[in-house]
Amino acid sequence: MIVPGSVDDVTSGLQAAGYLPGESTALVSYLATRLGKPVLVEGPAGVGKTELAKKLAEYLGRDLVRLQCYEGLDEAKALYEWNYRKQLLRIQTEAEDAGWQAVQDDIFGEEFLLSRPLLQAIASEEPVVLLIDEIDKTDQEFEAMLLELLSDFQISIPELGRIEAKTMPVVLLTSNNSRELTEALKRRCLYLWLDYPTPERELEIVRLHAPELPETVAARLVEVVSMVRELDLKKPPSIAESIDWARALLLLGAEDIDQQTFRETMSIIVKHRTDLDTVAERVGVRLAA
Amino acid sequence: MSLPQHLVGFGDELRREGVAIGTSELNDAFAALGEVGWTAPGPFREALAATLAKSPDDRRVFDLVFDRYFFRAAEGAALQAGIRESEAAAEGMGGEQGDRIDYEALREQILEAIAAGDEAALRDLARLAIAAFGRQGQGSGVLGVDVQRIRRALGLKSEPGQMVKGEGSSVEYPLSRDQIRKFEQYLRRELERAQIERTQTLPAARPLNELDRALPSGPAQDLAAVHRVVMQLKRRLASQGHQARGHARHAHVDVRRTMRASLETGGVPVVLKYKPKRPRRPELYVLCDVSTSVTSASVFFLSVLHALHDSFRKMRSFVFVERISEVTDVFSRERDFKAVNEAISKDAGVADVSGYTDYGRVWREFLESVEDDLHPRATVIVLGDARTNGRDPRADIFARVSERAGRTFWLNPEPKLYWNYGDSVISAYEPYCEAYECWTTPQLETFVKALTRPMHA
Repeated sequence: MIVPGSVDDVTSGLQAAGYLPGESTALVSYLATRLGKPVLVEGPAGVGKTELAKKLAEYLGRDLVRLQCYEGLDEAKALYEWNYRKQLLRIQTEAEDAGWQAVQDDIFGEEFLLSRPLLQAIASEEPVVLLIDEIDKTDQEFEAMLLELLSDFQISIPELGRIEAKTMPVVLLTSNNSRELTEALKRRCLYLWLDYPTPERELEIVRLHAPELPETVAARLVEVVSMVRELDLKKPPSIAESIDWARALLLLGAEDIDQQTFRETMSIIVKHRTDLDTVAERVGVRLAA
Repeated sequence: MSLPQHLVGFGDELRREGVAIGTSELNDAFAALGEVGWTAPGPFREALAATLAKSPDDRRVFDLVFDRYFFRAAEGAALQAGIRESEAAAEGMGGEQGDRIDYEALREQILEAIAAGDEAALRDLARLAIAAFGRQGQGSGVLGVDVQRIRRALGLKSEPGQMVKGEGSSVEYPLSRDQIRKFEQYLRRELERAQIERTQTLPAARPLNELDRALPSGPAQDLAAVHRVVMQLKRRLASQGHQARGHARHAHVDVRRTMRASLETGGVPVVLKYKPKRPRRPELYVLCDVSTSVTSASVFFLSVLHALHDSFRKMRSFVFVERISEVTDVFSRERDFKAVNEAISKDAGVADVSGYTDYGRVWREFLESVEDDLHPRATVIVLGDARTNGRDPRADIFARVSERAGRTFWLNPEPKLYWNYGDSVISAYEPYCEAYECWTTPQLETFVKALTRPMHA
């Protein structure tokens, strides 16, 4: 368990965990731990939004509780559910001798509660990092349900009453900006926009994850990736894909990225049929033969 | 003014530019500033941004307003306190500076600072550069002109990939356009500061230039942003239909169907059948100008067209430059916007010889091809800038089109200010249609509301 004392602590801590944060990333992460406010992280796919939560958990020495959102996600999957099979068994074994009142008190206890990620994060004895991933995939009703959790860190269960957080979780919500989130949700969050990194930072990231790759190749790789991102593609290459590419080049023992190597390996960073054509046409020819 | 007052003032300024900031956001901002070492400009700005600006668009406005507000605040305070930078600087630097500035050394230093992106050094060097090249007191009075003159004097070329080299030195600095632009910003700010000191007044506060936040116009890279707007539009179109449906559901009894149903009960109308009130689904005829004068807008318009196709069943689309060409098939065949765009630019065959818009011919051809289909429930939408390149607008044919159609709309991608200047003849068409300027997303929304409004006629 670490409580960061300054923004620089967060920067170096995340770096030690293998994540190179930008200035605003470190600052917002620090604010999140200090103010106890959730952070809404937005940005294009593959810039390290989810990774940030993982590494933050690693650095803070907390467990990561992750809720992956999808269309149709409901309270039973996100908050809690009554374990009705177990309740049924209990009723069957006890109902004959005990009265209804006793059984009723009994079967709506914590023993019969199946806690889902959100309740887990709240009820945990140790403080955790709660990652609510791709919140934009859910519908607005679910967002509204989250509001109670995000502002007061509590959950109301009709049969049990209010469950308040024993410890303050650090909450990160990520969104790919595929739909506009409600104002109410945004108001409760700090906002962090993660974009593709500058070439210098990306070079550092690649070197961190593939340290054996020769410096010149890494620099060339970053240059090519940023060229590819400038094209109008269906899915521009993410940071994770740059790293994959770097590792692949390392395995192949490439000395330089020439046309041949590029053509053979570009499917690692570009994954659509039409995109492949565009990239081969626009970037491939600019490399040395 | 104290810092809290300034922050509240800053919040007000942001609200005026349309960023939704509640008291809770301001509270968060204060709380955040309590936690970071905000005496450095970086953390101060980021802490405010994290708590106040909550979307990429807001962030863009935030950055513009931040620079403007705090620059003015600092200068205003300096004026009040009677601090003059030139005096303070003269005291501090007078000795080592001497009368003559070594131009070459200065240039070298600036190049180095730009390449390193050292903010503090850039600020100081910008000031030195103004002193060296700016011919103090004799500036042109127009900031932009002075900035460019100093940049040229320093030999900074803003060409991509240009290597800039100090004369007589062996070191080359690869400078990107952005880096040079950044230095220009510093120059501009320092020049403005000098001007404020000379005149002893703050220049009038201007609201953000509307054009700064206009529709994204870069054809390729901003397409995603356009799509997001169009997605919202679609949702709005869908939900508006529902509203109308819920509003007056049980309005009229459908006598015919009620009678038929009554046969089951021996002629007694037990079950009433109602006329369903269908949401207004107008038949649309959309004409889109794709000539070069509206290139940036037409990408946007085409994607609007694309979205409309999903929402309206009965819709026919046309694109035109000199002649007109129906592209309804292309839209119904292709689900992907990019494919549509390509297909249209490849084989619509709308440009003839000159590539200039010929509205007269377009109206004639349009009327020829759809005259029999137009009827009072049809809506005609024209997307274009009404620039005829000096040709006859033929408003008389347009009038016949609008006469036959129920409603006619005109969407003009130019700000209203430019209407009827030069070869723009929108006033000739205005009597026959409702003309909207449409170059920002809120304007587009206004139009969509008008389009889906039930017709009372």
